[in-house]
Amino acid sequence: MQVSVNGQIEEIEAQSLDSYLDSKLLLGRRIAVELNGEIVPKSQFSSVILVDGDVLEIVSAIGGG
Amino acid sequence: MTDTIQVGSYALKSRLLVGTGKYRDLDETGRAIEASGADVVTMAVRRTNLGQNPNEPNLLDVISPDRYTLLPNTAGCHTADDAVRTCRLARELLDGHNLVKLEVISKSRTLYPDVVETLNAARTLVKDRFEVMVYTSDDPLIATELEAIGCVAVMPLGAPIGSGLGLQNPYNIREILDNLKVPVIVDAGVGTASDATVAMELGCEGVLMNTAIAEANDPVKMARAMRLAIESGRLAYEAGRMPRKRYADASSPETGLIE
Repeated sequence: MQVSVNGQIEEIEAQSLDSYLDSKLLLGRRIAVELNGEIVPKSQFSSVILVDGDVLEIVSAIGGG
Repeated sequence: MTDTIQVGSYALKSRLLVGTGKYRDLDETGRAIEASGADVVTMAVRRTNLGQNPNEPNLLDVISPDRYTLLPNTAGCHTADDAVRTCRLARELLDGHNLVKLEVISKSRTLYPDVVETLNAARTLVKDRFEVMVYTSDDPLIATELEAIGCVAVMPLGAPIGSGLGLQNPYNIREILDNLKVPVIVDAGVGTASDATVAMELGCEGVLMNTAIAEANDPVKMARAMRLAIESGRLAYEAGRMPRKRYADASSPETGLIE
């Protein structure tokens, strides 16, 4: 199935959000995740199952003024 | 100085607020921020680089949320919707921390604040229980409206972002200070220490800057200069300056002269 992650289309297996983040070495990092326009609290990473067509935004803090 | 400024529910120890953009690397960022003595430090929210080495240091490793009051900004947002979305992501990123710097800027070369979108975003964010420090133009009417909406600090520009021109309209800043009860913090436009002092001497509660420190030849030294400039300006404001006179007024007594 296909999902969009930070604007890039990716082909992935159906899986939970936390296993996807783990595969990207992002689990436990300081990130915030938006799924289809809605914030996903960290406590729900394991209960959210990604489905075909999902749009993910994963953000971090960087330098800015 | 032991005085603090109260911004919403936050008691801030330093009147200098600093950004973290444009530094050569995170090490320089950390050293400059330390030298500035600031406790409010701004940051931006951007897409995570998915290919990056997970052990690469992150801004939050250098600027610890335990030590500094992080102020996520909405830089790069051109609409109220984008700004609100960015603030919600930032709140999640920082574990529920609700203090944000709202800025909705135009796409013009001045990066001037889009006050229509800024007002709309401010209304939504205040309703959503954010504590909003808002970057805006030096228009006194807009500043008053942003306070009425419930922003916890109003931050008019001294000059365009990154321009280093210093305060271009001290009369408007003065007018905003006269009208508002929430802290007025000059944000953007400061180029060197004397610019920061001028803002403080006018009675501003603080100054927020990034480029003036980051793009100095020696950012760590400039950070210290700014810290002193802010403290100097505040002390001069509290002390109350002497009146300006058109002609000289001798400092030494004119009596008792030898003949």
